[in-house]
Amino acid sequence: MSSDPLSSDPPPPGLRESATFDRSTIHEIQRAARTGIYRIRGWGAKRPLPHFDDLVVLGASMSRYPLEGYRERCGTDVVLGTRHARNPIHLDIPVTIAGMSFGALSAQAKEALGRGASAVGTSTTTGDGGMTAEERAHSRTLVYQLLPSRYGMNPDDLRRADAIEVVLGQGAKPGGGGMLLGQKISPRVAEMRTLPPDIDQRSASRHPDWTGPDDLAIKIVELREITDWRLPVFVKIGATRTYYDTLLAVKAGADVVVLDGMQGGTGATQEVFIEHVGIPTLAALRQAVEALNELEMHRKVQLIVSGGIRGGADVAKALAMGADACSIGTAALIALGDNSPELDAEYRKIGSAAGYYDDLQDGRDPAGISTQDDRLAQRLDPVVGGRRLANYLRVMNMEAQTIARACGKSHVHNLEPEDLAALTVEAAAMAGIPLAGTDWIPGAGGTAPKSNHEGARNGPQ
Amino acid sequence: MTRAAAAATAATVFDLAAGTLRELNQRLHDLTPETARVPWRILHPRGAHAVAAGVDAAVCIAIEGHVGYYCAGMNQHAEITIHGMAGVGVAENMMSGLVRVQGSASQCAGATGHGGLLVIEGDASSRCGISMKGIDIVVHGSVGHMSCFMGQAGALVVCGDADDGLGDSLYEAEVYVRGRAHGLGADCEEQPMEAAHRERLGELLERAAVPGARAARFRRYGSTRRLYHFHVDHADQY
Repeated sequence: MSSDPLSSDPPPPGLRESATFDRSTIHEIQRAARTGIYRIRGWGAKRPLPHFDDLVVLGASMSRYPLEGYRERCGTDVVLGTRHARNPIHLDIPVTIAGMSFGALSAQAKEALGRGASAVGTSTTTGDGGMTAEERAHSRTLVYQLLPSRYGMNPDDLRRADAIEVVLGQGAKPGGGGMLLGQKISPRVAEMRTLPPDIDQRSASRHPDWTGPDDLAIKIVELREITDWRLPVFVKIGATRTYYDTLLAVKAGADVVVLDGMQGGTGATQEVFIEHVGIPTLAALRQAVEALNELEMHRKVQLIVSGGIRGGADVAKALAMGADACSIGTAALIALGDNSPELDAEYRKIGSAAGYYDDLQDGRDPAGISTQDDRLAQRLDPVVGGRRLANYLRVMNMEAQTIARACGKSHVHNLEPEDLAALTVEAAAMAGIPLAGTDWIPGAGGTAPKSNHEGARNGPQ
Repeated sequence: MTRAAAAATAATVFDLAAGTLRELNQRLHDLTPETARVPWRILHPRGAHAVAAGVDAAVCIAIEGHVGYYCAGMNQHAEITIHGMAGVGVAENMMSGLVRVQGSASQCAGATGHGGLLVIEGDASSRCGISMKGIDIVVHGSVGHMSCFMGQAGALVVCGDADDGLGDSLYEAEVYVRGRAHGLGADCEEQPMEAAHRERLGELLERAAVPGARAARFRRYGSTRRLYHFHVDHADQY
């Protein structure tokens, strides 16, 4: 076996790799024994998980009429914050850019995200580090995060924002705080966060001035008072006990619930957190929709889902399950140039490879995205990056429209659970969608799969 | 005439028993440099939350009674006096100005504040000055546990005692305690009081009008900076 884990050399014949102690596991044990510290990395969960790929869409045929794919209109706009805000935000597409901090990302990357999102009429979001002038200037609609750390939080930026997002957690690390290692704490980042340069910064995992849903309700009122009730208030949760968290977020007064599944990315955290804490997006989304329906607040409190959203098919399926919009982080960075094959040689110099790079925490990103090294950051042209992101967002939107039209929907929000079928028992159970060819939803009361016509004859289960 | 004296004479009076919180805060937010010259008196707050939150004007405000959560939250420039007790998070994330609580304050007073001065003439409950980022806080009495937790900048001055976990995970904020510190948090230690510290402390005590306080009687606490970088040898402190 080659000593290079990325080598394409095949191992000698007859060797058998352990499924339990595979090469990656062996490497991690060896690394832990050598260094004495857990692995920290970026991105989200890399293990296989039930996901939107495990659902398929039931296009129209005899019993449903499709829309003409290239002519008939299929709307994609979404209005967020209709519950309480005087100025809800109106987006042209149902895909937003998730919160990613200046610090985790370069100023060029933040600007590119703003440019790309604005070009297609959607929003971008600040992160754990405050609002930069670049992202405000280049973001038509900017969501300002209120995080436990409160780095850079100030009322001027709050009033300049188009919406507020109270962050309780994120899918990559629900229950954990942020992390920004010293090599990325540049003088500008340090100044924005009121921290000494070069330290390993630990963000708080819980908010400093409220401790439960009743407190949060009061906190949200304060934010509304400070902004004269103009701005929508989002509440972002990492996917764990999603049903209850959604109920409580709505009770606390959220206009919008942002749900981040365990495939959601991060700039840096412990790998054990990323891979082992939280639940998949698919399961969490169903729970959130159930909670909203129980409160009769579905479509009144909007639901944004993130965590592994890659293309228009994921968007269409998420909307069919009941989301109002999707949000992307990792995919947006890839669109900007992250993990580009053109940079493979440079990734290999730092012990990774194109398609594998997840060391967003170490600041040596050859693509100039997850770095504070000026020399690297200048590799990313925000105009070019913004254009690439806009292209990608347009493709996602057109793909979602394609699927919606095939289902006979004149707006992507008209997609519904009935338009979906599950390919695996796990996905059927998590998503609450019948296993394809049956009416069987594991856990919904039935005990055995039946064919569609049997299910229809015997009534719903 | 001082601003406080002006408040006692000609003032705009808003009665929260008659008007709504929204009306009050909107009028305070609409102040201009010209109209902010007239002081305000807020009557019958009766524990209301978010009273005078988000004020961005050099106006003098007297709140005549007890307030709930987040009074004077994110204050900029205003001089706000609470003639009563304050609930959770008084002057949270304050940027500038002066907030004075004539009674005691609940948890998280001055949380994440970036600037200005918060004076609490009674005691402050737990997590006073949590994640403070440049605000100065002077407590005439004692503070509860985990005060100045993750304090980044500014000074917390405690004229009484400090409960357990003082200065846990401290960054660069400075803590001064006249009474007894019942226990220090991770990465917090007592540090020498130099002349510059005494001078700064004396100035804060004077601004906070602490009766009979002398800087020489305080101890100073700061960060050991041992947790500034992840290192396996410090794992037992995390």
